[in-house]
Amino acid sequence: MRIAVVDYRAGNLTSVLKGLTAAGASPFVTEDARDVEDADAVVVPGVGHFAATRAIGDTMRAALASAIERGRPVLGVCLGLQFLFDGSEEAPDLPGLGVLPGRCVLLRGDMKVPHVGWNTIARRRESPILAGVREGAYVYFTHSYAAPAGEGCVAATTYGMPFAAVVERGRVFGVQFHPEKSGEDGLRILRNFVALC
Amino acid sequence: MLAKRIIACLDVRDGAVVKGVQFQDLANAGDPAALARRYNTEGIDELVILDVTATIENRRALADTIRRVSAELFIPLAVGGGIRSEADAAAALDGGADKVALNSAALADPALVTRLARRYGSQAVVVAIDARRDASPGSGTGERFAVFSRSGSTATGRDAVDWAREAAVAGAGEILLTSIDRDGTRAGFDCDMTAAVSSAVAIPVIASGGAGTFDHFYDVFTAGRADAALAASIFHFQERGVATLKAFLQERGVPVRQG
Repeated sequence: MRIAVVDYRAGNLTSVLKGLTAAGASPFVTEDARDVEDADAVVVPGVGHFAATRAIGDTMRAALASAIERGRPVLGVCLGLQFLFDGSEEAPDLPGLGVLPGRCVLLRGDMKVPHVGWNTIARRRESPILAGVREGAYVYFTHSYAAPAGEGCVAATTYGMPFAAVVERGRVFGVQFHPEKSGEDGLRILRNFVALC
Repeated sequence: MLAKRIIACLDVRDGAVVKGVQFQDLANAGDPAALARRYNTEGIDELVILDVTATIENRRALADTIRRVSAELFIPLAVGGGIRSEADAAAALDGGADKVALNSAALADPALVTRLARRYGSQAVVVAIDARRDASPGSGTGERFAVFSRSGSTATGRDAVDWAREAAVAGAGEILLTSIDRDGTRAGFDCDMTAAVSSAVAIPVIASGGAGTFDHFYDVFTAGRADAALAASIFHFQERGVATLKAFLQERGVPVRQG
Protein backbone atom coordinates (compact mmCIF):
# COMPACT_ATOMS: atom_id res chain seq x y z
CA MET A 1 0.00 0.00 0.00
CA ARG A 2 0.98 3.62 -0.55
CA ILE A 3 1.75 5.57 2.60
CA ALA A 4 2.10 9.34 2.23
CA VAL A 5 4.75 10.82 4.51
CA VAL A 6 3.96 14.51 4.99
CA ASP A 7 7.00 16.73 4.43
CA TYR A 8 6.69 20.06 6.21
CA ARG A 9 10.44 20.69 6.56
CA ALA A 10 10.59 19.52 10.18
CA GLY A 11 13.65 17.35 10.20
CA ASN A 12 15.06 14.51 8.25
CA LEU A 13 12.75 11.91 6.74
CA THR A 14 15.39 9.35 5.70
CA SER A 15 15.02 7.18 8.80
CA VAL A 16 11.21 7.23 8.80
CA LEU A 17 11.15 6.10 5.17
CA LYS A 18 13.69 3.37 5.86
CA GLY A 19 11.67 2.13 8.86
CA LEU A 20 8.37 2.05 6.94
CA THR A 21 10.04 0.26 4.05
CA ALA A 22 11.51 -2.32 6.44
CA ALA A 23 7.96 -2.76 7.80
CA GLY A 24 6.76 -3.73 4.33
CA ALA A 25 5.21 -0.47 3.12
CA SER A 26 5.88 1.69 0.05
CA PRO A 27 6.18 5.15 1.57
CA PHE A 28 6.55 8.33 -0.45
CA VAL A 29 7.31 11.86 0.65
CA THR A 30 4.94 14.64 -0.32
CA GLU A 31 4.08 18.27 0.35
CA ASP A 32 0.99 18.00 -1.85
CA ALA A 33 -2.42 17.79 -0.13
CA ARG A 34 -3.85 15.86 -3.10
CA ASP A 35 -1.34 13.05 -2.48
CA VAL A 36 -2.52 12.87 1.12
CA GLU A 37 -6.15 12.68 -0.07
CA ASP A 38 -5.30 9.80 -2.41
CA ALA A 39 -2.97 7.79 -0.16
CA ASP A 40 -3.98 4.54 1.57
CA ALA A 41 -2.49 5.83 4.81
CA VAL A 42 -0.65 8.89 6.11
CA VAL A 43 2.35 9.38 8.37
CA VAL A 44 2.97 12.78 9.97
CA PRO A 45 6.60 12.75 11.14
CA GLY A 46 8.54 15.68 12.52
CA VAL A 47 11.08 16.74 15.09
CA GLY A 48 11.82 20.04 16.72
CA HIS A 49 9.66 23.03 17.54
CA PHE A 50 5.84 22.98 17.43
CA ALA A 51 6.08 26.20 15.41
CA ALA A 52 7.31 24.03 12.51
CA THR A 53 3.70 22.82 12.10
CA ARG A 54 2.89 26.33 10.81
CA ALA A 55 4.14 24.96 7.49
CA ILE A 56 1.18 22.56 7.43
CA GLY A 57 -1.15 24.93 5.62
CA ASP A 58 -4.95 24.99 5.51
CA THR A 59 -5.12 22.79 2.41
CA MET A 60 -2.95 20.10 3.98
CA ARG A 61 -4.91 20.32 7.25
CA ALA A 62 -8.13 19.80 5.34
CA ALA A 63 -6.61 16.82 3.52
CA LEU A 64 -5.52 15.27 6.82
CA ALA A 65 -8.94 15.89 8.36
CA SER A 66 -10.57 14.32 5.32
CA ALA A 67 -8.28 11.26 5.45
CA ILE A 68 -9.15 10.80 9.13
CA GLU A 69 -12.87 11.22 8.46
CA ARG A 70 -12.73 8.59 5.73
CA GLY A 71 -11.10 6.16 8.15
CA ARG A 72 -7.65 6.16 6.57
CA PRO A 73 -4.98 5.03 9.05
CA VAL A 74 -2.86 7.96 10.23
CA LEU A 75 0.30 7.78 12.33
CA GLY A 76 1.87 10.82 13.99
CA VAL A 77 5.48 10.41 15.08
CA CYS A 78 7.08 12.63 17.77
CA LEU A 79 6.00 16.18 16.83
CA GLY A 80 3.42 14.43 14.64
CA LEU A 81 1.81 12.97 17.78
CA GLN A 82 1.76 16.38 19.44
CA PHE A 83 0.10 17.85 16.32
CA LEU A 84 -2.88 15.48 16.88
CA PHE A 85 -3.77 17.41 20.07
CA ASP A 86 -5.40 20.84 20.49
CA GLY A 87 -2.03 22.61 20.59
CA SER A 88 1.16 23.11 22.55
CA GLU A 89 2.43 25.69 25.00
CA GLU A 90 5.60 25.67 22.85
CA ALA A 91 3.70 27.74 20.23
CA PRO A 92 0.46 28.82 21.92
CA ASP A 93 -0.97 30.67 18.92
CA LEU A 94 -0.85 27.59 16.64
CA PRO A 95 -3.73 25.13 16.76
CA GLY A 96 -3.12 21.40 16.39
CA LEU A 97 -5.49 19.06 14.57
CA GLY A 98 -7.62 18.60 17.68
CA VAL A 99 -8.19 14.88 17.10
CA LEU A 100 -7.40 14.43 20.80
CA PRO A 101 -8.18 16.91 23.58
CA GLY A 102 -5.57 18.75 25.58
CA ARG A 103 -2.42 20.75 25.08
CA CYS A 104 1.22 19.65 25.05
CA VAL A 105 3.41 21.03 27.82
CA LEU A 106 7.11 21.33 28.60
CA LEU A 107 8.33 18.29 30.57
CA ARG A 108 8.42 19.21 34.24
CA GLY A 109 10.39 17.77 37.12
CA ASP A 110 13.94 17.64 38.37
CA MET A 111 15.23 16.03 35.17
CA LYS A 112 17.40 16.95 32.23
CA VAL A 113 15.37 18.31 29.32
CA PRO A 114 15.26 17.33 26.47
CA HIS A 115 14.33 13.76 27.36
CA VAL A 116 16.83 11.86 25.23
CA GLY A 117 17.35 8.13 25.17
CA TRP A 118 15.68 4.79 25.74
CA ASN A 119 12.74 4.69 28.13
CA THR A 120 9.97 2.20 28.88
CA ILE A 121 6.31 2.39 27.90
CA ALA A 122 3.53 1.15 30.20
CA ARG A 123 0.25 0.01 28.63
CA ARG A 124 -2.94 1.70 29.73
CA ARG A 125 -5.08 -0.48 27.47
CA GLU A 126 -4.74 -2.88 24.55
CA SER A 127 -4.24 -1.39 21.11
CA PRO A 128 -3.54 -2.98 17.72
CA ILE A 129 -0.53 -0.65 17.32
CA LEU A 130 1.12 -2.35 20.31
CA ALA A 131 0.27 -5.95 19.35
CA GLY A 132 3.17 -8.23 20.26
CA VAL A 133 5.17 -5.47 22.00
CA ARG A 134 6.40 -6.65 25.39
CA GLU A 135 5.29 -4.89 28.56
CA GLY A 136 8.08 -2.55 29.67
CA ALA A 137 9.65 -2.42 26.20
CA TYR A 138 12.30 0.27 25.72
CA VAL A 139 11.89 2.78 22.90
CA TYR A 140 13.96 5.79 21.81
CA PHE A 141 12.75 9.29 22.75
CA THR A 142 14.08 12.74 21.97
CA HIS A 143 11.73 15.61 22.89
CA SER A 144 11.13 18.45 25.34
CA TYR A 145 7.35 18.82 25.16
CA ALA A 146 4.81 16.08 25.72
CA ALA A 147 1.09 15.36 25.39
CA PRO A 148 -1.22 14.64 28.35
CA ALA A 149 -1.64 10.98 29.34
CA GLY A 150 -5.42 11.37 29.26
CA GLU A 151 -8.06 10.54 26.67
CA GLY A 152 -6.75 8.35 23.86
CA CYS A 153 -3.58 7.35 25.74
CA VAL A 154 -2.89 3.63 25.26
CA ALA A 155 0.64 3.65 26.73
CA ALA A 156 2.35 6.18 28.98
CA THR A 157 5.94 6.95 29.91
CA THR A 158 7.07 8.76 33.03
CA TYR A 159 9.93 11.23 32.89
CA GLY A 160 9.52 13.75 35.65
CA MET A 161 5.79 13.45 34.87
CA PRO A 162 3.64 10.87 33.07
CA PHE A 163 2.90 11.69 29.44
CA ALA A 164 1.31 10.01 26.42
CA ALA A 165 3.81 7.72 24.69
CA VAL A 166 1.23 6.07 22.41
CA VAL A 167 -2.23 7.36 21.53
CA GLU A 168 -5.16 5.95 19.57
CA ARG A 169 -8.49 7.32 18.44
CA GLY A 170 -10.29 5.28 15.84
CA ARG A 171 -7.76 4.70 13.08
CA VAL A 172 -5.53 7.57 14.17
CA PHE A 173 -2.38 6.70 16.11
CA GLY A 174 0.51 8.64 17.55
CA VAL A 175 3.86 7.72 19.10
CA GLN A 176 5.98 10.25 20.99
CA PHE A 177 9.12 8.15 20.51
CA HIS A 178 10.85 7.23 17.25
CA PRO A 179 9.79 3.71 16.23
CA GLU A 180 12.24 3.88 13.31
CA LYS A 181 15.07 4.23 15.88
CA SER A 182 13.74 1.82 18.51
CA GLY A 183 15.21 -1.47 17.39
CA GLU A 184 13.04 -4.58 17.03
CA ASP A 185 10.16 -3.26 19.19
CA GLY A 186 9.98 -0.10 17.07
CA LEU A 187 9.89 -2.09 13.83
CA ARG A 188 7.08 -4.21 15.28
CA ILE A 189 5.04 -1.04 15.94
CA LEU A 190 5.61 0.11 12.36
CA ARG A 191 4.63 -3.33 11.05
CA ASN A 192 1.46 -3.15 13.19
CA PHE A 193 0.59 0.18 11.60
CA VAL A 194 1.29 -1.08 8.09
CA ALA A 195 -0.92 -4.13 8.80
CA LEU A 196 -3.83 -1.76 9.55
CA CYS A 197 -3.46 0.01 6.23
CA MET B 1 12.96 4.82 33.83
CA LEU B 2 15.34 6.45 31.37
CA ALA B 3 18.12 3.98 30.61
CA LYS B 4 21.81 4.80 30.69
CA ARG B 5 23.00 4.37 27.12
CA ILE B 6 25.88 2.19 25.99
CA ILE B 7 27.23 3.63 22.74
CA ALA B 8 29.68 1.93 20.42
CA CYS B 9 32.05 4.12 18.48
CA LEU B 10 33.54 3.21 15.14
CA ASP B 11 36.62 5.30 14.40
CA VAL B 12 36.72 5.15 10.63
CA ARG B 13 39.51 6.07 8.22
CA ASP B 14 39.09 5.69 4.47
CA GLY B 15 36.09 3.43 4.98
CA ALA B 16 37.71 1.03 7.47
CA VAL B 17 37.39 0.91 11.24
CA VAL B 18 40.54 1.82 13.15
CA LYS B 19 41.23 2.43 16.81
CA GLY B 20 44.18 4.28 18.28
CA VAL B 21 45.77 4.85 21.63
CA GLN B 22 45.70 8.54 22.62
CA PHE B 23 44.72 9.39 19.04
CA GLN B 24 47.88 7.78 17.56
CA ASP B 25 48.93 4.38 16.22
CA LEU B 26 45.77 3.45 14.38
CA ALA B 27 45.33 -0.28 14.04
CA ASN B 28 42.85 -1.88 11.68
CA ALA B 29 39.74 -3.23 13.38
CA GLY B 30 37.43 -4.18 10.55
CA ASP B 31 34.53 -3.39 8.26
CA PRO B 32 32.12 -0.77 9.68
CA ALA B 33 28.95 -2.32 8.22
CA ALA B 34 29.85 -5.74 9.62
CA LEU B 35 30.50 -4.27 13.07
CA ALA B 36 27.27 -2.24 12.94
CA ARG B 37 25.33 -5.39 12.08
CA ARG B 38 26.80 -7.18 15.08
CA TYR B 39 26.12 -4.30 17.47
CA ASN B 40 22.52 -4.02 16.28
CA THR B 41 21.86 -7.62 17.32
CA GLU B 42 23.92 -7.48 20.51
CA GLY B 43 21.89 -4.70 22.14
CA ILE B 44 24.04 -1.61 21.73
CA ASP B 45 21.87 1.51 22.24
CA GLU B 46 23.44 3.83 19.71
CA LEU B 47 26.28 3.98 17.22
CA VAL B 48 28.76 6.75 16.52
CA ILE B 49 30.92 6.88 13.41
CA LEU B 50 33.90 9.19 13.83
CA ASP B 51 35.93 9.91 10.72
CA VAL B 52 39.22 10.34 12.57
CA THR B 53 41.39 11.55 9.73
CA ALA B 54 38.86 13.28 7.55
CA THR B 55 40.29 14.76 4.39
CA ILE B 56 38.66 15.94 1.20
CA GLU B 57 39.82 12.78 -0.57
CA ASN B 58 38.01 10.36 1.69
CA ARG B 59 34.71 12.25 1.93
CA ARG B 60 33.17 9.90 -0.60
CA ALA B 61 34.33 6.94 1.47
CA LEU B 62 32.60 8.43 4.51
CA ALA B 63 29.31 9.04 2.69
CA ASP B 64 29.42 5.46 1.44
CA THR B 65 30.17 4.19 4.96
CA ILE B 66 27.18 6.11 6.39
CA ARG B 67 24.86 4.65 3.78
CA ARG B 68 26.13 1.11 4.27
CA VAL B 69 25.97 1.30 8.05
CA SER B 70 22.56 3.01 8.31
CA ALA B 71 20.97 0.57 5.89
CA GLU B 72 21.00 -2.13 8.56
CA LEU B 73 20.59 -0.04 11.66
CA PHE B 74 17.35 0.80 13.48
CA ILE B 75 18.96 2.56 16.41
CA PRO B 76 20.28 6.14 16.48
CA LEU B 77 23.38 6.81 14.39
CA ALA B 78 25.64 9.82 14.90
CA VAL B 79 28.41 10.87 12.53
CA GLY B 80 31.36 13.11 13.32
CA GLY B 81 34.72 14.06 11.93
CA GLY B 82 35.09 16.58 9.16
CA ILE B 83 31.64 18.17 9.60
CA ARG B 84 32.61 21.77 8.87
CA SER B 85 29.56 23.31 7.23
CA GLU B 86 25.80 23.03 6.85
CA ALA B 87 26.45 21.20 3.58
CA ASP B 88 28.63 18.59 5.34
CA ALA B 89 25.95 18.08 7.98
CA ALA B 90 23.23 17.81 5.34
CA ALA B 91 25.23 15.17 3.47
CA ALA B 92 25.60 13.06 6.62
CA LEU B 93 21.94 13.43 7.67
CA ASP B 94 20.57 12.81 4.19
CA GLY B 95 22.81 9.75 3.96
CA GLY B 96 21.10 8.20 6.97
CA ALA B 97 22.69 9.69 10.09
CA ASP B 98 20.33 10.92 12.82
CA LYS B 99 22.83 13.25 14.45
CA VAL B 100 26.03 15.03 13.50
CA ALA B 101 28.86 15.62 15.95
CA LEU B 102 30.69 18.92 15.54
CA ASN B 103 34.08 19.54 17.12
CA SER B 104 36.62 21.94 15.58
CA ALA B 105 33.99 23.61 13.40
CA ALA B 106 31.81 24.41 16.42
CA LEU B 107 34.79 25.90 18.27
CA ALA B 108 35.63 28.05 15.26
CA ASP B 109 32.03 29.11 14.65
CA PRO B 110 29.51 28.45 17.47
CA ALA B 111 26.80 29.99 15.28
CA LEU B 112 27.06 26.88 13.07
CA VAL B 113 25.57 24.91 16.00
CA THR B 114 22.66 27.34 16.14
CA ARG B 115 22.05 27.23 12.38
CA LEU B 116 22.03 23.42 12.35
CA ALA B 117 19.76 23.25 15.43
CA ARG B 118 17.28 25.61 13.76
CA ARG B 119 17.31 23.59 10.57
CA TYR B 120 17.30 20.02 11.94
CA GLY B 121 16.39 20.40 15.62
CA SER B 122 18.75 20.24 18.59
CA GLN B 123 18.36 16.45 18.79
CA ALA B 124 20.39 16.23 15.57
CA VAL B 125 23.32 18.32 16.84
CA VAL B 126 25.99 16.89 19.14
CA VAL B 127 28.95 19.01 20.18
CA ALA B 128 32.03 16.84 20.66
CA ILE B 129 34.59 18.14 23.12
CA ASP B 130 38.11 16.67 23.38
CA ALA B 131 39.73 17.75 26.63
CA ARG B 132 42.56 16.85 28.97
CA ARG B 133 43.67 17.76 32.46
CA ASP B 134 45.56 20.99 32.07
CA ALA B 135 48.90 20.27 33.74
CA SER B 136 50.72 23.15 32.12
CA PRO B 137 52.80 25.35 34.47
CA GLY B 138 50.99 28.44 35.67
CA SER B 139 47.57 26.94 35.06
CA GLY B 140 46.80 27.03 38.76
CA THR B 141 45.28 24.02 40.45
CA GLY B 142 45.51 21.67 37.46
CA GLU B 143 41.77 21.05 37.79
CA ARG B 144 40.93 22.93 34.62
CA PHE B 145 39.92 20.79 31.64
CA ALA B 146 41.67 22.14 28.57
CA VAL B 147 39.83 21.80 25.26
CA PHE B 148 41.78 20.74 22.14
CA SER B 149 40.67 20.88 18.53
CA ARG B 150 41.82 19.17 15.34
CA SER B 151 41.88 15.60 16.68
CA GLY B 152 43.53 16.67 19.92
CA SER B 153 46.43 18.48 18.28
CA THR B 154 45.60 22.15 18.86
CA ALA B 155 45.11 23.86 22.23
CA THR B 156 42.14 26.22 22.15
CA GLY B 157 42.53 28.02 25.47
CA ARG B 158 38.96 26.99 26.29
CA ASP B 159 37.78 25.17 29.40
CA ALA B 160 35.52 22.14 28.83
CA VAL B 161 32.86 23.21 31.36
CA ASP B 162 32.58 26.72 29.94
CA TRP B 163 32.54 25.51 26.35
CA ALA B 164 29.89 22.86 27.11
CA ARG B 165 27.66 25.55 28.66
CA GLU B 166 28.11 27.80 25.63
CA ALA B 167 27.43 24.93 23.23
CA ALA B 168 24.20 24.07 25.07
CA VAL B 169 23.03 27.68 24.85
CA ALA B 170 23.93 27.73 21.14
CA GLY B 171 21.55 24.82 20.56
CA ALA B 172 23.51 21.58 21.02
CA GLY B 173 21.28 18.64 21.96
CA GLU B 174 24.04 16.55 23.54
CA ILE B 175 27.69 16.80 24.55
CA LEU B 176 30.14 14.04 23.60
CA LEU B 177 33.01 14.52 26.04
CA THR B 178 36.27 12.68 25.32
CA SER B 179 39.19 12.55 27.71
CA ILE B 180 42.35 12.72 25.60
CA ASP B 181 44.38 11.53 28.60
CA ARG B 182 42.33 8.35 28.87
CA ASP B 183 41.58 7.69 25.17
CA GLY B 184 42.58 4.14 24.30
CA THR B 185 44.32 3.54 27.65
CA ARG B 186 41.54 1.38 29.19
CA ALA B 187 42.39 3.07 32.51
CA GLY B 188 38.80 4.18 33.12
CA PHE B 189 36.73 7.23 32.13
CA ASP B 190 37.67 10.61 33.57
CA CYS B 191 34.78 10.69 36.05
CA ASP B 192 35.71 14.03 37.58
CA MET B 193 35.73 15.80 34.24
CA THR B 194 32.49 14.10 33.16
CA ALA B 195 30.73 15.00 36.41
CA ALA B 196 31.91 18.61 36.15
CA VAL B 197 30.48 18.98 32.64
CA SER B 198 27.33 16.94 33.28
CA SER B 199 26.46 19.05 36.35
CA ALA B 200 26.96 22.27 34.40
CA VAL B 201 24.55 21.60 31.52
CA ALA B 202 20.91 20.48 31.23
CA ILE B 203 21.54 18.40 28.10
CA PRO B 204 22.79 14.77 28.12
CA VAL B 205 26.52 14.13 28.36
CA ILE B 206 28.15 11.14 26.70
CA ALA B 207 31.41 10.11 28.37
CA SER B 208 34.20 8.82 26.16
CA GLY B 209 37.80 7.72 26.53
CA GLY B 210 39.24 5.08 28.82
CA ALA B 211 36.69 2.26 28.95
CA GLY B 212 38.50 -0.91 29.96
CA THR B 213 36.37 -2.83 32.46
CA PHE B 214 32.70 -3.13 33.40
CA ASP B 215 33.46 -1.26 36.64
CA HIS B 216 34.55 1.75 34.57
CA PHE B 217 31.03 2.00 33.10
CA TYR B 218 29.47 1.70 36.56
CA ASP B 219 31.78 4.44 37.84
CA VAL B 220 31.03 6.89 35.02
CA PHE B 221 27.24 6.37 35.33
CA THR B 222 27.33 6.96 39.09
CA ALA B 223 30.27 9.15 40.20
CA GLY B 224 30.70 10.56 36.68
CA ARG B 225 26.98 11.45 36.31
CA ALA B 226 27.14 10.47 32.64
CA ASP B 227 23.91 9.93 30.69
CA ALA B 228 25.65 7.66 28.20
CA ALA B 229 29.05 6.03 27.85
CA LEU B 230 30.90 5.41 24.65
CA ALA B 231 33.57 2.86 23.90
CA ALA B 232 35.28 1.49 20.87
CA SER B 233 37.94 -1.12 21.37
CA ILE B 234 36.28 -2.85 24.30
CA PHE B 235 33.51 -3.86 21.89
CA HIS B 236 35.39 -4.20 18.60
CA PHE B 237 37.62 -7.00 19.62
CA GLN B 238 34.83 -9.04 21.22
CA GLU B 239 36.54 -9.12 24.57
CA ARG B 240 33.26 -8.56 26.36
CA GLY B 241 29.70 -8.75 25.13
CA VAL B 242 27.33 -5.81 25.34
CA ALA B 243 24.66 -8.03 26.94
CA THR B 244 27.07 -9.12 29.69
CA LEU B 245 27.97 -5.49 30.39
CA LYS B 246 24.28 -4.56 30.64
CA ALA B 247 23.53 -7.47 32.98
CA PHE B 248 26.44 -6.34 35.17
CA LEU B 249 25.07 -2.77 35.35
CA GLN B 250 21.46 -3.88 35.91
CA GLU B 251 22.52 -6.03 38.89
CA ARG B 252 24.12 -2.98 40.43
CA GLY B 253 21.07 -0.80 40.05
CA VAL B 254 22.03 1.13 36.91
CA PRO B 255 19.00 1.24 34.56
CA VAL B 256 19.84 -0.12 31.11
CA ARG B 257 17.78 -1.21 28.12
CA GLN B 258 17.44 -4.97 27.96
CA GLY B 259 17.26 -6.02 24.30
